Amino acid sequence: MRTTARRAAQVVCVLTTASLLAACGAGKERPSEGGSAVGVTDTTIKVGAHFPLTGPAAPGYSEIPSGHQALYEYVNDHGGIHGRKIEMVVKDDAYNPTNTSAVTNDMILQDEIFAMVAGLGTPTHRAVVQRLNDDGIPDLFVSSGSLQWGDDPSSSPMTFGWQPDYEIEGKIIGQYVKENMPDAKVGLFLQDDDFGEDGEKGARQFLDDQIVDVQKYTPGGSTDFAPQMSSFKSKGVDIVLGFNTPSFTALSQIAAQGVGFKSKWFYSNVGSDPSLVGGLLASMTKGKIPAEQGVKLMDGMLTTEYLGGVDAPDDEWVKLWQKVWDEYSKKGSDKLTNYRIYGMSQAWTFVQALQANGKDLTRESIVKTIEEEGASFEGPGLAPFRYSGDSHMGISGTSVVEIKNGASEPLTPVLVTDIGDAPIEEDDSAASDAPPSSGLPE
Amino acid sequence: MERLRSLTRPVWRVPLARHAILAVVAFVVIALVIGSSSQYLQTRYAEMAYFAIAAGGLTLLTGLSGQLSLGHGALMAVGAYTATLVLDRTGGETLADVFLALLTAIAVCAVVGVLVGVPAARLHGPYIAGATLTLAVAVPRLANQWDFLGGEQGLQVPVPRAAELPGWIQDLVWFFTAVEIDQYSFLAYLGWLLLALTFVALANLSRSRVGRRWRAVRDDDVSAELAGIHLGRARVVAFTVSAMCAGLAGGLMAMNVRLTAPGAFTITLSLTLLAAVVLGGLGSLTGALIGAGVLAFLPHFATDLGESAGLSAARAAEVTPVVYGLVLMLVILLAPTGIVGSLRPWWARLTSRSSPLGSTKEKTP
Repeated sequence: MRTTARRAAQVVCVLTTASLLAACGAGKERPSEGGSAVGVTDTTIKVGAHFPLTGPAAPGYSEIPSGHQALYEYVNDHGGIHGRKIEMVVKDDAYNPTNTSAVTNDMILQDEIFAMVAGLGTPTHRAVVQRLNDDGIPDLFVSSGSLQWGDDPSSSPMTFGWQPDYEIEGKIIGQYVKENMPDAKVGLFLQDDDFGEDGEKGARQFLDDQIVDVQKYTPGGSTDFAPQMSSFKSKGVDIVLGFNTPSFTALSQIAAQGVGFKSKWFYSNVGSDPSLVGGLLASMTKGKIPAEQGVKLMDGMLTTEYLGGVDAPDDEWVKLWQKVWDEYSKKGSDKLTNYRIYGMSQAWTFVQALQANGKDLTRESIVKTIEEEGASFEGPGLAPFRYSGDSHMGISGTSVVEIKNGASEPLTPVLVTDIGDAPIEEDDSAASDAPPSSGLPE
Repeated sequence: MERLRSLTRPVWRVPLARHAILAVVAFVVIALVIGSSSQYLQTRYAEMAYFAIAAGGLTLLTGLSGQLSLGHGALMAVGAYTATLVLDRTGGETLADVFLALLTAIAVCAVVGVLVGVPAARLHGPYIAGATLTLAVAVPRLANQWDFLGGEQGLQVPVPRAAELPGWIQDLVWFFTAVEIDQYSFLAYLGWLLLALTFVALANLSRSRVGRRWRAVRDDDVSAELAGIHLGRARVVAFTVSAMCAGLAGGLMAMNVRLTAPGAFTITLSLTLLAAVVLGGLGSLTGALIGAGVLAFLPHFATDLGESAGLSAARAAEVTPVVYGLVLMLVILLAPTGIVGSLRPWWARLTSRSSPLGSTKEKTP
């Protein structure tokens, strides 16, 4: 009797388990999905970006998101955009592409961002472009001038560049050197990725027969550039064109002093911020070169400029940035810097795009809005955007400037061009854009 | 009930069967967990799986055969680059491509394991640590030497699209979880399936004659040699098996991260793997699993904690290594034998109290 009962219990057990499992199953019908306004509610828009907040690329670049956040808070406090306030998630990738991939994953899946806005870096952002486009996530205003963000919208329809790309910057630099120093022997100092490659491509359009030496570095590699500088010295280089990040401007200057290499320097916009590089020189040499002297060391260097900076406090845009920064910076002690201005200027363009988009915001609609109306956005940039259905390239030009006492003095008017064989033309039209009287993007 | 026990006992006594049954049960449980998790957690589980595979291989090498490797990050790099190149050539969209890539990664790492293992077998203690350390420093930099390895920017990894998976897998997953399989859950299922297979193989190996030899070599190499064990051969085999695990882990990592670049395989990776193994308990596969869990979840937990405490993103990013270091220090201070090592006596007491007969029986061969 007992054995029968026990067996019955076993059978019941097995049957219950089986039916439970079957009940857990969901059958065969599957729902279909629609809609792509993830991260947008009636009152908020959530965006995210990856920045190097730690590591060798952090100096300067880690200040950009604080500019974004200050401008968003300013706009939010003035009623937001179509009733929505902007929230920004910032994640640290330490300028390591593998980390970028990981934190982007977190932002997409955990924070559920509507769009990536201003993710920074050429090697870093390249790691996630495919991913963002596959998932249909707008990837707006990448903080890098690589061509790949905008030259082929059919392969990356969601991605938009923002700053002048390195190829047109290289072209403008190349033409300037060709015209003003036709006999100079040119050395290239390049970051060993698309940043250096695109810059070299632009510069070679004009300087192919003047370039006598090319030296490259990897951001995660050695920090001693004595061999590179010695090579420039032995080849008799008269002017070095540097397509490098700020830390490497400082490192190359230290190494050049070390090996006694003297020449003219032309750093691309990315690596040329005088106050940052001066500070870096001070900290890297443990004070042997004080910050003020470091800034002085930058005297006479050439670079390019496409935004008004802190050295022009009377510029209408800079006045606005100063006002926003004074009111909305998280810590009062931090000063307004060119990197924060960069961040606020990008944020300005993003707010403009949201305004132009209207109340019905989806991931597709914001892309369409920028393609259709982006070219007419008036903003702090010295040259207009090139946005269209065929091009997602950003600002179309820069001026060449010389650094004197930590400030920049223009050597040329704003020069506007496009990638490839497009001619370089003078165009100051966008440089006269002033902020709207309301002080808010319209 | 007595009859059931008498039926299962002979099966339970065979290590392979026991490990296999445990693995199947564990996999079913984890599969249900994965199925009901958010995509974000699924990526964390997938990350935990590949870390656990690498840590499992390392714990076998260091814990059983007594060779300290600081170069497992480099072996993962070899696996990741191999898998990436294969996926790139084949398109990487179907399940067959994925398995081909992973098998190639394992095979290449086996060869590298032998190549490194042979000279390493002559070294011991700090010398083998030093030799493998150079491996960890040098190997990822090779990517900068050849263009086809993508330089500092690395190579993009094609990931199988869910729609390309065989229909029966899609139906099976849908039936049990009511969620469409996508690439995130696919990678999590794949990771844990391979983890279960790897751990069954490793557990079996450590219970077998090979494992006993390794222990003998670890505990006293002179007496092991006197007992007729070929020291070099035993060490090379251990290194190779361990390298194969690292290769598999590297391949899975490539698919999960979707990018293979030198920046992923810094010396830090090798050291964190070792930290995970020490944290969990040296020589124990369960310990490797726990250590991998800590690796996959702790940094994110720490960053979230920092952010919720009102720190700026930059500060929160700096909190992570501090929390990580503190946890490691606490474990080493409070549980010098690792998490599993300090739980073991407690577990033994618990089981011996409930069935004193069973535990004494275990001891007789």
